[in-house]
Amino acid sequence: MTPEVTAEIRTSHILDLAAEGKRLDGRGADEYRHVEVVPGFVTTADGSALVRIGDTAVLAGVKLEPGKPFPDTPNAGVLTTNAELIPLSSPVFEPGPPQPGAIEVSRVVDRAIRAAEAIDLTRLCVTPGEKTWVCYVDLHVLDHSGNLIDAAMLAGVSALAHAIVPAKRFGIAESDYPLDLQHVPVECTFVRLGDTLVIDPTFDEELAAQGRLTIATDETGRVVAMQKGLVGAFSPDDVREVVRRALIHGDRLRIAARGGKP
Amino acid sequence: MSHGQRTGHPRRGREDSSSHPSGDRVLVLPGQEIPSQGLKPGPGTYRVGGKVYASILGLLAPKPPFLQVIPLSGRYIPKPEDVVIGTVTDAQGTFWLLDIGAPRWAPLHMTGTPWDVEIGETEKFLRVRDSVIVRVENLDPTGRIGVTMLGDGLGKLEGGTIVNVSPARIPRVVGRGGSMIETITRHTGAQVAVGQNGRVWINGTPDAMLRASEALRLIEEQGQRRGLTERVESYLISTSSSNDQGPGVAPHESAHRDAPAHSVPPVGPADERIDPDTVGPATDEY
Amino acid sequence: MGSVGAKDVPVLLTPEGLRIDGRRLDELRPLRIQAGPLHQADGSAFVEWGANKVMAAVYGPREVHPRHLQQNHKAVIQCKYNMAAFSVDERKRPGLDRRSQEISKVIAEAFESVVFAEEFPRTSIDVYIEVLQANAGTRCAGLVAASVALADAGIPMVDLVPAVAVGKISGQIALDLKKEEDNFGEADLPMALVPQSGRLVLLQMEGHMTPDELSRALDLGVVGCKTIYEKMKQALRDRYSVDPIAAGAA
Repeated sequence: MTPEVTAEIRTSHILDLAAEGKRLDGRGADEYRHVEVVPGFVTTADGSALVRIGDTAVLAGVKLEPGKPFPDTPNAGVLTTNAELIPLSSPVFEPGPPQPGAIEVSRVVDRAIRAAEAIDLTRLCVTPGEKTWVCYVDLHVLDHSGNLIDAAMLAGVSALAHAIVPAKRFGIAESDYPLDLQHVPVECTFVRLGDTLVIDPTFDEELAAQGRLTIATDETGRVVAMQKGLVGAFSPDDVREVVRRALIHGDRLRIAARGGKP
Repeated sequence: MSHGQRTGHPRRGREDSSSHPSGDRVLVLPGQEIPSQGLKPGPGTYRVGGKVYASILGLLAPKPPFLQVIPLSGRYIPKPEDVVIGTVTDAQGTFWLLDIGAPRWAPLHMTGTPWDVEIGETEKFLRVRDSVIVRVENLDPTGRIGVTMLGDGLGKLEGGTIVNVSPARIPRVVGRGGSMIETITRHTGAQVAVGQNGRVWINGTPDAMLRASEALRLIEEQGQRRGLTERVESYLISTSSSNDQGPGVAPHESAHRDAPAHSVPPVGPADERIDPDTVGPATDEY
Repeated sequence: MGSVGAKDVPVLLTPEGLRIDGRRLDELRPLRIQAGPLHQADGSAFVEWGANKVMAAVYGPREVHPRHLQQNHKAVIQCKYNMAAFSVDERKRPGLDRRSQEISKVIAEAFESVVFAEEFPRTSIDVYIEVLQANAGTRCAGLVAASVALADAGIPMVDLVPAVAVGKISGQIALDLKKEEDNFGEADLPMALVPQSGRLVLLQMEGHMTPDELSRALDLGVVGCKTIYEKMKQALRDRYSVDPIAAGAA
């Protein structure tokens, strides 16, 4: 990690503002930044989406290739999620193999996709035990201004929602067909700033945060994944509160994931 | 501001003006040939075969006998005597390392402070993540940036916060004769100290600091445009709440936090050295 | 090509002298350059060139990591060219590969030839190039993006560095090859020019050309670079010019 030191007084200021229900960028505690989704940004991918949340930008690309199913799930396709926190996107990221931060982002996104059964993996099976589609979801962070998990999730699910299975190109079917989503999971991340739980933290807010909590929900109102991160702690009531808020914001994000105006 | 008004406005009596007929300075790019007019290549330029070219993206601002290009972007490049705001990144036996947004970290030696520091006890006075206002003392050819805390208005910063703007925007943040700073302090009641390195310390009530930060953000975003002072002022007026001190009231009620260890004047000594005529796009009536 | 059922060699040049996308031999693909799209980097640029999409960011001059790379008399220029997994037809496994490392090296050396690195001893200037969508000529697109990003970061240098690949298709010298031309053509010659000096700071070649063809390829590349140079300058002017009608916008 490149040493980046943030001034203590900046952190204190963020906490002081939070105590008055205010944030550095003028948002309220429950206010999400502007969200923009550009589906189909990359034509070399079978599905893709560029997501901007404020100044944060993540590009997701989906690739589908024929491969072998896992022996214990001969009738199911294979899903692989990978996040690249490349040094282009932030002074705090270094070149080299994925750091724990990148692995956490990819795993949290992967869990939500799996648990929500966003994709019917059995539909990806071509010949049981022999041939299946391998679905790669690659998450490429371009601009890290905070809340990478939500941005990566939204980019990933939007790329999946717009993905086309290249069946014709690989000689598996007569024509290509849409991958189709059964469910649309999205994540909502909150950080604790003093007694306040603020949604969609900026980079500065993450540095000041006393704990981070991510809630993944789907359109049926289920909670499908959670992740507590950073140093800090939450009460069960805190969790209940952010779940309630995550469901409300999740519905807006789901519209964006489909390519609509949130 | 219309052009007519601008031309009617005296050009502040600078002999080194590089103004075009429009009154705007010329943007040059790396590799662009600059008519030398008998001047020598200065900062931001280079000479090959009798011709002078820009080496950086910036505004052409000849300063006889030198041609120079003033940067519009990039990291802070230190100059001796600049007052800068930094954050401690490391405390060693006899010195601290400061991040001042420059290419290198700047060592602050314990003898360059007003304190009686024993060797190995630097952390008793300044710890990592503390912020300070210091002056660039010397630069050596190895790129080492020597800074000192000895001098008026220098010291550890307590309370408040730091807002980062592009170093190229600092002349606009200060404004002509400190007018922009004065506008911000008058309307918000916040204390403001400006570092030449693009870091601005503000202190006051949370609301005052929020509004001052927003004013700085406006300057950062719109510094190339005319009518900036008016825009900043109208933002500050529109956001002043009823229980706030209105415009024109000298605001000395400040920090709800502790006062600075060293009193940092609202407009630091750095500001008087800044001449907005020589740096930054002269497209606003400050 | 990773695709299954690769087709026969396509017709790269019609009898009328037009290429598969309708271009003439001396014509560039559409090029769009945006300076400064990123918020964290000291400088950045996004280039869309034909079906290439490339982002570049510059950080520095800053403290060198790892420290042993530090040079006492100048800045070290570190370049990382990387292709996103989804940027090509067949998914590219993330991580270092020999091709990317070689390209990173020759691009870093191209910039070392123009940057006034001695102004910043013991520091690092880090150049990151991310290929998001590839369609031949990505090292040139990356170099163009990185050069604009360096200027955006205020780095002092001799000049901007335009770059383009010249190649040979159906026996003819052609400017700016696209993927099919690169795959099925006879030669590919990427080059980068310093317009101020007229010298080349990146030059590679693969395929076969006669000395005479090579000579014409170099001339065509220089002409192409000059067109690209104008677009690079315009991208920077668009970002930094003083708003000419600011009075109306106030």
